[in-house]
Amino acid sequence: MAMATPNKMIGQKIKRKEDPRFITGKGKYTDDVKLPGMLHLALLRSDRAHARIKRVDVSKARKLPGVVAAYTGKDLAGKVGGVPCGVQNAEGNHYSAGVKLNVPPYPVVAIDKVNFVGQIYAAVVATDPYIAHDALDLIEADFQDQPVVLDVEKAIQPGSPLIHEQFGSNIAFHIPGGPTPEAKAAVDKLFAEAQLKASFRFDNQRLIPMAMEPRATVAEYDPGRDQLTVWSSTQIPHLARTVLSMVLPHPEGQIRFIAPDVGGGFGSKLNLYAEEILVPYLAKTLERPVKYTGKRREDFAATIHGRGQVQHVDIAFNKDGTWLALKLRFFSDLGAQMQLLTPSIGGFTAVMATGCYAPKAFWFEQYGVFTNKMATDAYRGAGRPEATMIAEKAMDVIARETGLDPADVRRKNFLRSFPATPPTGLVYDSGDYSKALDLALETVNYKQLRLQQKQARSEGRLMGIGLCSYVELCGVGPSWLAPPGVGFWDVSTVKVEPTGMVTVLTGISPHGQGEETTFAQITADELGVPMDNVRVLHSDTMAVPYGNGTYGSRGMAVGGGALSMSLGKVKEKAKKIAAHMLDTQPENVDYVNGEVLAKADPSRKVTLGQIAMMAYDFSWKGPGTTPTDIEPGLEETSRFEPSNLTFPFGTHICVLEIDKETGQIHIQRFVAVDDCGTIINPLIVDGQVHGGIAQGMAQTLFEGVVYDENGQLLTGELTEYAVPKASMLGHFETLHTTTPTPVNPLGAKGIGEAGTIGATAAVFNAVMDALAPLGIKHLDMPFKPDKIWNAIHPRGA
Amino acid sequence: MFPEKFEYHVPGSLQEATQLLGRYGDEAKVITGGMSLIPLMKFRLAAPQHLVDLRKLSDLVGVKEAGGKLVIGARTTYDELSRNKTVADKCRLLAQAAAAVGDVQVRNRGTLGGALVHADPAADLPAAALALDAELTLQGKKSRTVKVADFIVDSLSTSIAPDEVLVSISVPLSGKHTAYAKLAQQASGFALVGVAVALEMDGKTCKSARIGVTGVAAKAFRATSVEKALAGKALDAANIKAAAEKIGADIKHPMEDPLNGSVAYRTQMAKVYTARAIQQALAG
Repeated sequence: MAMATPNKMIGQKIKRKEDPRFITGKGKYTDDVKLPGMLHLALLRSDRAHARIKRVDVSKARKLPGVVAAYTGKDLAGKVGGVPCGVQNAEGNHYSAGVKLNVPPYPVVAIDKVNFVGQIYAAVVATDPYIAHDALDLIEADFQDQPVVLDVEKAIQPGSPLIHEQFGSNIAFHIPGGPTPEAKAAVDKLFAEAQLKASFRFDNQRLIPMAMEPRATVAEYDPGRDQLTVWSSTQIPHLARTVLSMVLPHPEGQIRFIAPDVGGGFGSKLNLYAEEILVPYLAKTLERPVKYTGKRREDFAATIHGRGQVQHVDIAFNKDGTWLALKLRFFSDLGAQMQLLTPSIGGFTAVMATGCYAPKAFWFEQYGVFTNKMATDAYRGAGRPEATMIAEKAMDVIARETGLDPADVRRKNFLRSFPATPPTGLVYDSGDYSKALDLALETVNYKQLRLQQKQARSEGRLMGIGLCSYVELCGVGPSWLAPPGVGFWDVSTVKVEPTGMVTVLTGISPHGQGEETTFAQITADELGVPMDNVRVLHSDTMAVPYGNGTYGSRGMAVGGGALSMSLGKVKEKAKKIAAHMLDTQPENVDYVNGEVLAKADPSRKVTLGQIAMMAYDFSWKGPGTTPTDIEPGLEETSRFEPSNLTFPFGTHICVLEIDKETGQIHIQRFVAVDDCGTIINPLIVDGQVHGGIAQGMAQTLFEGVVYDENGQLLTGELTEYAVPKASMLGHFETLHTTTPTPVNPLGAKGIGEAGTIGATAAVFNAVMDALAPLGIKHLDMPFKPDKIWNAIHPRGA
Repeated sequence: MFPEKFEYHVPGSLQEATQLLGRYGDEAKVITGGMSLIPLMKFRLAAPQHLVDLRKLSDLVGVKEAGGKLVIGARTTYDELSRNKTVADKCRLLAQAAAAVGDVQVRNRGTLGGALVHADPAADLPAAALALDAELTLQGKKSRTVKVADFIVDSLSTSIAPDEVLVSISVPLSGKHTAYAKLAQQASGFALVGVAVALEMDGKTCKSARIGVTGVAAKAFRATSVEKALAGKALDAANIKAAAEKIGADIKHPMEDPLNGSVAYRTQMAKVYTARAIQQALAG
């Protein structure tokens, strides 16, 4: 009888193995890479949003002692490829939408035009970063300003100034209708039949991802071997290497790409930036190591922004609160140039727009629009916070218009049987939305809370209660959803070393998610070894065969799946070897807690350490005794291709009060019930939820990119762009329900983005609820105190 | 973040410091905590050719009680002010304002003297210094004293001469009726409005009030209209509100910072926070 290995580590609150090195300053980041003879790259960036370049003169910069080279865009034209957009297929179409996609050239150093504040138009390489920056001050340039395009809805009007004249409009792509050609008629019919209808416009403002570690890249070139080594602060070392090899170009096998410790990404390092192309190019050209470390201001202006989406929403519903249909027309503010996934982010909004509800029909139209701003791309949540805003604002509008309670409206419209098929065309893996809602309501004592609110309102106080029941899309794969040339599978190798120590290689690329710990927990349980004996390695293309990196909450769902497969194979092989050692057959042994036992006589057993030593030593009992049915070594590699996405869900409830005198919002209570399937480490899951809530709340309350009417970035530094601090957010209560997914071996769904997705709408709805007695139906985020005060006091003090 | 080239001096005495400053004049800048100067240099908005670091001048650190006053060394950090027992007992307003500055890192390095000489129009300490009618002692070729209200000239501008070092700040021992109330800008932590109040009470009647305000105008200022309206009044809610309403007349060059609220909003917040600071000061 096979004995199950009991879980000892999975589900435990274990402190992260990574933390001591980070907390004590012993992490090694890209900027810590210091090489003999290393040069430093400094970049001159446009302070104009839209201008023709008349002249760039770097001759004085070149003469400054210590400057090794200085480049204009013209100097580099034709010598190195541009910044890649990975979303266009061979036919020139958007890979998933099937419509024409206009992708403008994006030289690493601008040649004829600058199209956004922060775009690089000259580069200096010097022996010292101070000299490189002194040299930037010596560069002379003349520009001819062009009219600036900023507003997505104005940009698509005929007669608007153009950013890329060759396309004849500012429309990068237009999806005239989806998800199916029949959807429009079905939606129109339901709108004609509906008892009630409502419309709203929602502006999801741009956000700065703000990883603690700015972007940084170092490259070294070995001319004898024609070998490039690149260290870069990235979430995707393998994909970055593949793309880099194509744009440089340089043979892929002769590039080693390493992501050392990475101080956060939030999606912003799921990309290949101009600097990540320029640095290896310069290292190869100059045959000296080159380093670029971004300054915080550069990260503000020239690292991708998140969100940037304007939605026009029409909903049809009945008096009993039944949501019948959704019409969505939305505009993605792509910015001036396209980064790796820029045009695809809005797609996640379209597929998740109906949330965890079951309207009968859905139709959407989308414009991807060029503006004179930095590109938008994936930022924590990537399209799903925007989607959640639609469904969750819709729920509150339905509640308001019908007089029903917002919790009841949600419950009435939930999808209930799984796999579920919302009208967006996806198939949701598993869920129990009422359970999470009920737990959240019970935790806050919802009925009592509404009574308290009634009392507060009678005293003239502005108390608000906001709900958000969300479902999101995680664990990307499967691969058919991926852009051209990319798979959404992932890889693991499990090596039991001769000494019995276990090395795990993974193709995901943790940069804060804690897989050095969680993968060790899983391995410890499965192989029955102490966690301290497990080492998880990642983010080096020379160590890991291939991998697709960390984004889209996929680390555990896909990388963990691959790990489970390899662990199973290692155990099977260990049993085979042990059977030989115990002079029996593999079917006659059991793997229990790090040992293999003979079923007939469990006192006859060998440890994993003994098995591993034999696997490598392979001497057996002398000549002629070596088994022929097994290879030496104890190492297995697996690739896991998930059968579907995963769909984590939950309910967040926010309770707050607005100070009428000042417009300040005071969060009084925040309860998050999240269901991410199987939880490997509750401490890490709660950490992810906390961080997510902080970023979600911040979007609602104070974060937001502001470009002025000339396209100048007004929020270009930390003194003007508020990032969440603990003191600004109140206390979070985190709870969980557990509904495992059937699409991967662990049942884990992913939790990296849930907090952001749930919190933004919960806080938004709470603020609107607080302001409801004043007749205020909508305000655009962020809700800085002056905006709230002005709304409360429309005629001034 | 790479500043332009500069020469770095660490004088061993006040005399040596003033000589260095005399020699280099406008090309030199004193550095103590560096919490404002270093960012300006890194942005290349300031490019002094000589930095004169006062870190070896230990006489410029610390709090002494003398002649019915507290004398505070210009290099005393915000953190020290916010924790010092003598300050807490004898001049709590300084401790209250110092605790409201920036974050832990800034409070650990930033200094009272630095805040007054930099004269950022949204800094916290100038408001407290004004409400305390602080007197500053400066050392150049000669020593001189100046009232803080006369010292702060305009935004980022004071009457300090190029060869002068701010040595100490003296404030009268104050009673318990003081408070600093602040609405912080969410990104920077600087004051959108900061109001420092020191009241002298006779029972429920206000004998006199001094109110320093920061964040709403080109420089920190005394809200003299409010002070006058409070003097001799019983401080009930209605009188406080009526007095606070008068602050509009004291705002001479309103801060223009639309990203963080209109002039009308800041003016209104100045009224609200003046009233709140007075209430808090009364509560003692």
